[in-house]
Amino acid sequence: MFKQFKSVACAAAVAAVFAAPGAAMADDQFFPIPSYRVGPYGANGEAFYGGFIDYLNYVNMKNGGINGVKITWEECETEYNNAKGVECYERLKSKAKVSAGPIHTMSTGISYALVDKSAQDKLPLAMMGYGRTDAVDGSVFPYAFPLITTYQMQASAIVKFLKDKEKGSLDGKKIVFLYHDSAYGKEPIVALEAESRLNKFNLVQIPVAHPGNEQGAQWLKIRQEKPDYVIFWGWGVMNQTALKAAQKVGYPRDKIVGSWWAGSEEDTVPAGDAAKGYMSATWNVAGKSVPLIADIEKVVYAGGHGNLKDKSKLGTILYNRGVSAAVVSVEAIYKAQEKYGKGKSMTGEQVRWGLENLNVTDARIKTLGATGLLPEVKTSCSNHEGSGKVKIQQWDGAKWVPVSDWIEGNKSLIHPLFEASAKQYAKEKGITPRDCSKEK
Amino acid sequence: MQFFFEILIGGLLSGVMYSLVALGFVLIYKASGVFNFAQGAMVYFAALSVVGCMEKGAPLWLALILAFFIMLLFGMATEKFVLRKMVNQTPISLFMATIGLTFFVEGFAPLVWGHSVRGLDIGIVDEPIESVLDSLGIVVSRFDLVAALIAGLLVTGLALFFQYTRVGRALRAVADDHQAALSIGIPLERIWAIVWGVAGFVALVAGMLWGARNGVQFALTFTALKALPVLILGGFTSVPGAIVGGLIIGASEKLAEVYIPPVMQAMFGGNFGGIEGWFPYVLALLFLLVRPEGLFGEKHIDRV
Repeated sequence: MFKQFKSVACAAAVAAVFAAPGAAMADDQFFPIPSYRVGPYGANGEAFYGGFIDYLNYVNMKNGGINGVKITWEECETEYNNAKGVECYERLKSKAKVSAGPIHTMSTGISYALVDKSAQDKLPLAMMGYGRTDAVDGSVFPYAFPLITTYQMQASAIVKFLKDKEKGSLDGKKIVFLYHDSAYGKEPIVALEAESRLNKFNLVQIPVAHPGNEQGAQWLKIRQEKPDYVIFWGWGVMNQTALKAAQKVGYPRDKIVGSWWAGSEEDTVPAGDAAKGYMSATWNVAGKSVPLIADIEKVVYAGGHGNLKDKSKLGTILYNRGVSAAVVSVEAIYKAQEKYGKGKSMTGEQVRWGLENLNVTDARIKTLGATGLLPEVKTSCSNHEGSGKVKIQQWDGAKWVPVSDWIEGNKSLIHPLFEASAKQYAKEKGITPRDCSKEK
Repeated sequence: MQFFFEILIGGLLSGVMYSLVALGFVLIYKASGVFNFAQGAMVYFAALSVVGCMEKGAPLWLALILAFFIMLLFGMATEKFVLRKMVNQTPISLFMATIGLTFFVEGFAPLVWGHSVRGLDIGIVDEPIESVLDSLGIVVSRFDLVAALIAGLLVTGLALFFQYTRVGRALRAVADDHQAALSIGIPLERIWAIVWGVAGFVALVAGMLWGARNGVQFALTFTALKALPVLILGGFTSVPGAIVGGLIIGASEKLAEVYIPPVMQAMFGGNFGGIEGWFPYVLALLFLLVRPEGLFGEKHIDRV
């Protein structure tokens, strides 16, 4: 019996090795995926990377790949840990020599650690809605792409939303900025300070120590401050704790607007009734009503090739975000193929060009069946963000419901901040910025 | 002044939640001299077992009973597969074994129950008590008050158990010296299985309350971080010490979070705050200098 078991196990192991999607062929388009599905933020990573891989699979199954080029990938578990993230990158980069799709780490810390390395290795690093935000200036950061939205533009869009709610003026209002005391939480401060000067509102900053599972003092302070609104930059357990603590001190949840890291089902469901009415920014919508999401379920899951065991995650905010990230990544490869050869696998350098010349219009989004899922994206050498738009959504007790159209942050206020920061970075590192007028 | 009392009361009640986790550490340390690094992971495992059973259709009361048995089994398995082989080993070896156990539990628990973040409704709404709010203008959480009550009952029960039962006395004997306890006929294996079972029960209570407060998720393992300064302050071997330590840590960290940053900002400029993470450790460190055995810990005297 044991012998039998041993031989079956050995056969399974051999089969698993040979069937691994990471066994890339020269003609395939390889995606290195440093992902996380275990550890403190495993639940978030599971949904995001599930959506990401499902879309890659969908392109293979539905279209036979990208203009016939089959997509392959390999995951490496980072546990959202910076050191492990770098280790995964080093392991995967050797397999990404012939072809490489954009690398998504879903972690600001890991992205920071990889910004210089990926540029040296000529591998494009995508940081959609996170990561090093001054990389919007592609003249200094050719290989880093904080696509769609950055923390600062997102904060600015939230201010715009609140301003609209207050009939066009925030003059004399008080806004508390409650944030995770880390690089992630501190990034929007510069933008919010600029906005408070411009819109004449009083900004009160309150940090929360990691991991944020205790916020009693902060919320009692908020109760004392009596702010008109709370802008909330939380992550992980900090999000549910904040909503519960707000309930505890009786602060209305519909006066709190979170960042997109604090706006998924993983953040609201565990908080129960305390989350009802809470709002957050998002750069993709939830639900299966988007035709693409419904089609992925039909094509990929009906065929038994779905990446997620738990199908209930399909259509959640983070799943749809993973799909959106994959859509933009695949579009970059289509774009690169236009220049470097249709039906060929693209190197990291070529995909970088594709990412820098993206033009995902509403018409193209409609063709993909992704209308409403994500905003239009148009990048350039001087603008690696390509959109700067978010929607505001509200938790109705059971699901996220969009309560605004796409809102663009104040670009003329925020982008110069990125340029100044990038210039400083270039000076520190001795980088000569590219002349974007000569880039095509 | 009203605000000061609000912070103080809130801090004391939070401190009770830290004490609940610290209690698990104390129990195992008292009975085996082992600092159980896996206590945070056990809190996570216990809470996950409750929500896992509820997802399979069990009502809360049944889920709690089932989770208790799961924790009991876990305790017995820990004794059989980990501790039994380490009798008479140095405390550091036993400590290292519990580190290994932590990694095992952190991987095993979500493997069994899934790692989605889930809510846990135990029927107590975390809202301010209106009568107190109306009469004194102070926010006192109903949930925290119930948690304090549960912790109080637990501590009383455990203190009585250790002081007045045969098993309790045997536990204390084992803690003093494994070999001596064995030589007078105390069944070490059974005692360890019992204490790990009781620690599992404490983890279940802590997991239930922390899970209801912040959601059942991996971050429950971090609750152990809050318990460490409590243990240093209260003493590793004292059940009442865990409660007093928790109260001191809870109140002081909340007061520090509110009153220290403005002073620092006035002195140095910039934005201070978020000091809750490290303040309890600094306090515990200062305390160590004055009283290394903690408030209620046993003074250890070696014969030279």
